[in-house]
Amino acid sequence: MEVAQTQPQSGPAADRAPIVNDFSITVATVNGSGSQTANNTLIRAIHKMGVPASGKNLFPSNIQGLPTWFTIRVSKDGYLARRERAEILVAMNKATIAEDIQKLESGGICLYPIDEPLPVKRDDITYYPMPVNELTRKSGADAKLRPYVANMVYVGILMCLLDIEMSEIEAALSFHFGGKRKAIDLNLNVVKLACEWSQANLTKTDPFRVERMTKTEGTFLIDGNTASALGAIFGGVQFVAWYPITPATSLADGLNDYLPVYRRDADGKHTYAIIQAEDELAAIGMVIGAGWAGARAMTSTSGPGISLMTEFTGYAFFAEIPAVIWDVQRMGPSTGLPTRVSQGDVLKTYFLGHGDCRHIVLLPATVQECFEFGTTSFDLAERLQTPVFVLTDLDLGMNMWPTEPFQYPEQPLDRGKVLSAEELNQIKDWKRYADVDGDGIGWRTLPGINHPFGAYFTRGTGHNDAASYSERPEDWSGNLERLYRKHDTARTLVPAPVIDAAGDAEIGIISYGTNDPAVEEARDRLEKTGVKTSYLRLRALPLESTLIEFIKKHPRVYVVENNYEGQMQQLIQLHAPEFATRLVSLAKCDGLPLSARWIMESILEQER
Amino acid sequence: MTTTAIPNKPVNVNLIGLGKADYKGTPSTLCNGCGHDSIASQIIAVAYDLSLVPQRIVKFSGIGCSSKSPAYFLGRSHTINGLHGRMPSLATGALTVNREMTGLGVSGDGDTGSIGFGQFKHMLRRNVEMVYIIENNGVYGLTKGQFSATADIGQELKYAGKNELPPIDLCLEAIASGAGFVARSFAGDPKQVQHLLKAALSYKGTAVLDIISPCVTFNNSDLSTKGYTWGKEHEEALHEVRYVMPAEEIMVEYEEGEVKDVVMHDGSLIQLRKLDVDYEPRDKYSAMRILEEARDNQQFITGLIYFNEARPNLVEQQRLVDTPLVHLPPEKLRPSREALDKINASFM
Repeated sequence: MEVAQTQPQSGPAADRAPIVNDFSITVATVNGSGSQTANNTLIRAIHKMGVPASGKNLFPSNIQGLPTWFTIRVSKDGYLARRERAEILVAMNKATIAEDIQKLESGGICLYPIDEPLPVKRDDITYYPMPVNELTRKSGADAKLRPYVANMVYVGILMCLLDIEMSEIEAALSFHFGGKRKAIDLNLNVVKLACEWSQANLTKTDPFRVERMTKTEGTFLIDGNTASALGAIFGGVQFVAWYPITPATSLADGLNDYLPVYRRDADGKHTYAIIQAEDELAAIGMVIGAGWAGARAMTSTSGPGISLMTEFTGYAFFAEIPAVIWDVQRMGPSTGLPTRVSQGDVLKTYFLGHGDCRHIVLLPATVQECFEFGTTSFDLAERLQTPVFVLTDLDLGMNMWPTEPFQYPEQPLDRGKVLSAEELNQIKDWKRYADVDGDGIGWRTLPGINHPFGAYFTRGTGHNDAASYSERPEDWSGNLERLYRKHDTARTLVPAPVIDAAGDAEIGIISYGTNDPAVEEARDRLEKTGVKTSYLRLRALPLESTLIEFIKKHPRVYVVENNYEGQMQQLIQLHAPEFATRLVSLAKCDGLPLSARWIMESILEQER
Repeated sequence: MTTTAIPNKPVNVNLIGLGKADYKGTPSTLCNGCGHDSIASQIIAVAYDLSLVPQRIVKFSGIGCSSKSPAYFLGRSHTINGLHGRMPSLATGALTVNREMTGLGVSGDGDTGSIGFGQFKHMLRRNVEMVYIIENNGVYGLTKGQFSATADIGQELKYAGKNELPPIDLCLEAIASGAGFVARSFAGDPKQVQHLLKAALSYKGTAVLDIISPCVTFNNSDLSTKGYTWGKEHEEALHEVRYVMPAEEIMVEYEEGEVKDVVMHDGSLIQLRKLDVDYEPRDKYSAMRILEEARDNQQFITGLIYFNEARPNLVEQQRLVDTPLVHLPPEKLRPSREALDKINASFM
């Protein structure tokens, strides 16, 4: 067959030592071409072979036709962070192929559609052609479906080149299509044809291979938004109002998928309500109305939605109403990069509202924490009678991450300080905002309480302990002082930082959220070069005392984050001004998840 | 003649033993003679008459003079005074999670017709079960006299000069947004306000009451179409409205053809006695036509403008359990351990 001869002669290192379970694949396509099925199939198959694998979708804000890159990282060491360069390129997009080839690691390989001329030649990489059109035609797939199954050609060729087990590819397809035989066979047929063609026509001259391990046993892959939705459901969510926005939409999708299954009464009626609001302003208004009436209420949104929720969030802080707001962060300001990642909402959410406002902000780093914080967020919101933000991001929310099974929450729901009619009878002179317990948190009643004097008037205007309108200066300042006392109580209740101290390390790293895998990998690599580091991963705002202890112990502390200004570093400086000069900001903001290489090099540069 | 003394029973109490004072709020801080205070009085009277349990009512308001007024009535009911124009969203959340509560919202023409126009219309689309009163005076009072979106074209105000813009008719907007109970009244016509309010409280969806409520400080000149004098001289009632409770005996006999009975889902009745025109409030197109004509001719029509109880309300659309969501025990809220096992297994 003529095709075989078109495999460019490629010299690099046919005799190189095999590289097993440690490489990255970039699949370059145009969006809307259905490559997600192919990519998820590859990740799941490799994961099921016991080899840690994760994927990141770097996609445009568009429905069809713009470049998109999917990176799959195969890592025997379990590293999940984005790598800046891949060893394997599947070049399905002729618009970007020249640039994509330039970005390949030396010694890497490039798979390209045989019908497309190669725009660049690099001597240090291996080229494999793929007869994409020919094989999809040959598969007998309906003309309309061919563009979709075309992606299965690279699945089949990679399967053969890398030794991915066919049975796992088939199982992954079956999982993807929910066991629907027709769809499975349609795709599997193309995979098989491609594999056969590859065996007959390609000579493997590269060192990359997948070999079965046992490192992923008992784990599965899930995206953060689905994990968050499940977390909220097991946190007892009663009311959801939301407005569609990338990258938060799939969180609401998750709620819409699972709530009807797991929160239906015997007669089919719902024990929850979910409303698609007319905008984020109405969504948060509904959530606050429901929270005020005594429900566990939440919304999910992203930056622009947070902006619209500003006034209401300040209101809920001041009127002391529980609400949970999931912010799946994307790149701003303005519409920004709606499909790219950032941790740009840290300062914004912490201080959201006019006047003096401070909020609780949870910072999950893993899908496990997304699930766990589903409960934590409601417990804190109701205990503290205040809005709670959960800041995930596009990388965590929309990409697939390996995880242990979710743990059933062992603690009962904490519904906070709510007086029943009976309890109210025991109390003389109940005042809604009186700090009777010294923790800044008053006792509330809920609408409908069966007591003639159980009602109170909730307002965003100045009020005294008894919730009556007041413009007296001492009422105003007394109320604010109590609100800040309550914020101090929050410091003792929010999830504590996770600390990994390395004995006598002089370097401390502070980070949070989805930077975690890159930080962990950077620390391993730094250690190999003789640089020891300790690591504190923040899991919530407000900041608390163990953070200060950690900073005290380390002469140099790097605060690693994915935004331009070093937002967390600034907050830490406010929290621990006496150590402000120890804190070095390592902040990067380019729309991509941080890489271990960047963190390592940035620290080494400073340490030099 | 013998009299039977009821021991220990105060003279002026309603069926649940509450006096009118039990339905009052704190003293009003609005201007003397404000239409809103008159409406507050009618709310108190109606709640007393209907023997409503105060703790089963929940009050909502936005921002503005009108939105301050929930402090001045039903002091024993929970209240949430929210943000400017955002009362509909708060009410939607609160009433969805507690379906047993009777919702009573008070808004103004700025709150509803401008800043909160979107939320107003979307709440009507959802058909949240509540009474939504607009205390409509055509002017911004708290900020001292700007035109609101309901001010009539050509009208003049000391602060704002001449209004060049056509008014938004909130009743027309309500019908266009899917509302099934739309009425207009006048703060200077307490009897009509009371009967319409009673009917609105029985309605199984959002009941909109647009009440022209004069602002004595900024918009009450003899020429003002939202003032007392003009209102009293120009009010054209479409019919005489009478609300009859489900178990109530019908006391007034009407001639054949003189009255239209509108039966509500709970068995109560709205009796509409014919006046000058034969008006049918169950016909949407007549309702929209009469409102458009009234707007064109600057007529002040009052009464039950549109009625249709067919559309499911939000709680029905959501297929909620009969128990209010907020009263569900924890085991109804957190799925079982087995459910989580099943979910974990489904990803394996």
